[in-house]
Amino acid sequence: MSTGTSGLYFTFKPENAAFKAKVEELSGENIDLCFQCGACSSGCPLTGEMDLLPSTVIRYAQLGMAEVLESKTPWICITCFNCEIRCPRGIDIANVMEAIREMMLRTKYDKFTLDELTPEELRELPQIAIISNQRKLTA
Amino acid sequence: MEENESEMVTIHVMGKKHRVPADLTIMKAMEYSGHQFRRGAGCRGGYCGACAAMYRVKGSYKLQGALACQKIVEDGMYIAQIPFSPAEKITYDLLELRPDANTFLEYYPEISRCLSCNTCTKACPQDIEVMDYVQASLRGDVEEAAKLSFDCISCGLCAVRCPAEIVPYNVGQLARRLNSRYLIGPTKHVIKRVEEVEAGEFDADIDELKRLDRKTLQERYEGREVKL
Amino acid sequence: MRLAYYPGCTMKTDAKNFDESTYSAAEALGIELLEPTRWNCCGTVHALAKDNVMNYLAPIRNLIRVEQMNEAELVDDKRVVTQCAMCYNTLKRANAAAKADPDKMGKIRDFMEKEPNYQGSVSVVHMLELIKGLGWDEVKSKVVKPLDGLKVSPYYGCLLLRPREYGIDDPDHPTVMEDLLEALGAEVVDNPYKAKCCGAYHAVHMKEVAADLSYRILKQAQEAGADIIVTACPLCQFNLGDRQNEVKKHQREFEGIPVVYYTQLMALAFGKEGTGFEQNTPDPVPVLEEKGLL
Ligand code: SF4
Ligand code: SF4
Ligand code: SF4
Ligand code: SF4
Ligand code: SF4
Ligand code: SF4
Ligand code: FES
Repeated sequence: MSTGTSGLYFTFKPENAAFKAKVEELSGENIDLCFQCGACSSGCPLTGEMDLLPSTVIRYAQLGMAEVLESKTPWICITCFNCEIRCPRGIDIANVMEAIREMMLRTKYDKFTLDELTPEELRELPQIAIISNQRKLTA
Repeated sequence: MEENESEMVTIHVMGKKHRVPADLTIMKAMEYSGHQFRRGAGCRGGYCGACAAMYRVKGSYKLQGALACQKIVEDGMYIAQIPFSPAEKITYDLLELRPDANTFLEYYPEISRCLSCNTCTKACPQDIEVMDYVQASLRGDVEEAAKLSFDCISCGLCAVRCPAEIVPYNVGQLARRLNSRYLIGPTKHVIKRVEEVEAGEFDADIDELKRLDRKTLQERYEGREVKL
Repeated sequence: MRLAYYPGCTMKTDAKNFDESTYSAAEALGIELLEPTRWNCCGTVHALAKDNVMNYLAPIRNLIRVEQMNEAELVDDKRVVTQCAMCYNTLKRANAAAKADPDKMGKIRDFMEKEPNYQGSVSVVHMLELIKGLGWDEVKSKVVKPLDGLKVSPYYGCLLLRPREYGIDDPDHPTVMEDLLEALGAEVVDNPYKAKCCGAYHAVHMKEVAADLSYRILKQAQEAGADIIVTACPLCQFNLGDRQNEVKKHQREFEGIPVVYYTQLMALAFGKEGTGFEQNTPDPVPVLEEKGLL
């Protein structure tokens, strides 16, 4: 983490600026608008499964902290847009989550491949489930 | 052989330049320029699908697919043979399948990744609407998928190009099998012929053919009756 | 009224009952739905990354087909009716982006080569919007078998309502399904979780998580006294209905509640064949029989 030796202060370095710019470019969101009210997190149905709250992901992105790429949260986010309708600053958090997923997917990373499913599961699941899953979780 | 310059063209095979007669197919042009086919050739008649090739022509970004035994060379062609497209050979018992969408998803779940980009269709030397048969399979329309993929010769060019890593020809083959088995049903004349074969009705003829010398065999073949 | 209808692939398989009952309900309302002869899966989700052009190909191709239907005057106007919530959202957003971003459209056009240029003339509507537009009195007038005494809990899910800009109703207080159910004579039971996510595609690789999200929705409906839940999306239907066996693995006391597509209840109330109830899990027939509706 790009915090100082004591962990008490943080220096915004060029690589942080670059990371933040990339997130903004891919998501199309102005993440500086976020003032950490937490409304997004409070409306999110999946925080129980996440390691970082959605609002914390936004904070990491604001600070350009690439560590957020290792978070579970963007993969747990289901793109339900509950946060989107709540954000008082007009940020579509789901877009930021997708930007982070995309940054990982573009490094030949697949979150989940269909090889892991059993024939029984493949027989049971409707196309709509498999297709959306693959669009979100594979490159 | 006297070379007539006006009838020669320049091609690049795997990056190496050759002058070849303009009326040759890619396959013959490659042989003319010294290549020997150990793989990637079969029927030489456009039926077996063994001779997939990719090429670009000078001045165009387009990466095109062709059957080497069919496509006539063009001046400035850059050619590579694609003798094989790596694809898993999935086995299934046709008698235990159901003609529905989930059968496709069970054996080829990657069709769910299709982007409808149409790259496969653009690559197909048989002018098949490959995207449409993949899509028909995805929605369980076995009949449509079988119909659209009918002319597929499994050359593999679509599979090499697909960004979703789908192997369309395997999907089309499954569709045609499901269609024949379940939607059309076993055809009467095939059943009848199988019975005849099993009853030994052709044994004598086969034995006779086996004893023929090459020349007679060739004469018989060329003089055979072809019903169209 | 003759309109273009984009079914989507799941409507032709696991959600045949949704497709079938859509046709039945539309017919009763005097709407003729016409599918494009050639169509492809919409891709189910809208590409949120701003530089993703590839995922637009699928929805735009479908919009081109609809535009061609318009040009050939096969349909009465430029709308395309959708039913699956995810198809609706994907086509709606791709359409909006195509109109707003000529650069992106240019790239898409260059890539597609063989397709005619998409002019952006199509408007994407959801079946519920179309029905609302006819007026609830009109709907009422077609009812031959009012759903008297049936307590129904509507479930919207996410993509019919959100993002706000593309929703078919107020995302905080939607009423379109409630109004429809009342017009059909049913008693509406509110569910505070009616617009909470069912777990969507997590059903593929995180079954338990999806089952947990679905359970909250099912339990709320049940506690509010609902006999039945209605949905408007094959994935919601799968998670809330078909996957109740998964819910039961974790919640032993859960007894199950039937879940049907809203159009199935429409077809029923309109006295139409083709309700498709035999395809639903759990079976809704017993409760409908008990209420004297079947
Ligand atoms: S879109 Fe993602 S982050 Fe936002 S509420 Fe839904 S699951 Fe949570
Ligand atoms: S709701 Fe908006 S402003 Fe509030 S924390 Fe979330 S992103 Fe930031
Ligand atoms: S569909 Fe694919 S494998 Fe079949 S002929 Fe066309 S390119 Fe070759
Ligand atoms: S190339 Fe692959 S992804 Fe593209 S349309 Fe064909 S099958 Fe679908
Ligand atoms: S969302 Fe689905 S059902 Fe709807 S078309 Fe697209 S894939 Fe198919
Ligand atoms: S509720 Fe669940 S499946 Fe249905 S639209 Fe939302 S995420 Fe989608
Ligand atoms: S060698 Fe058989 S198709 Fe070309």
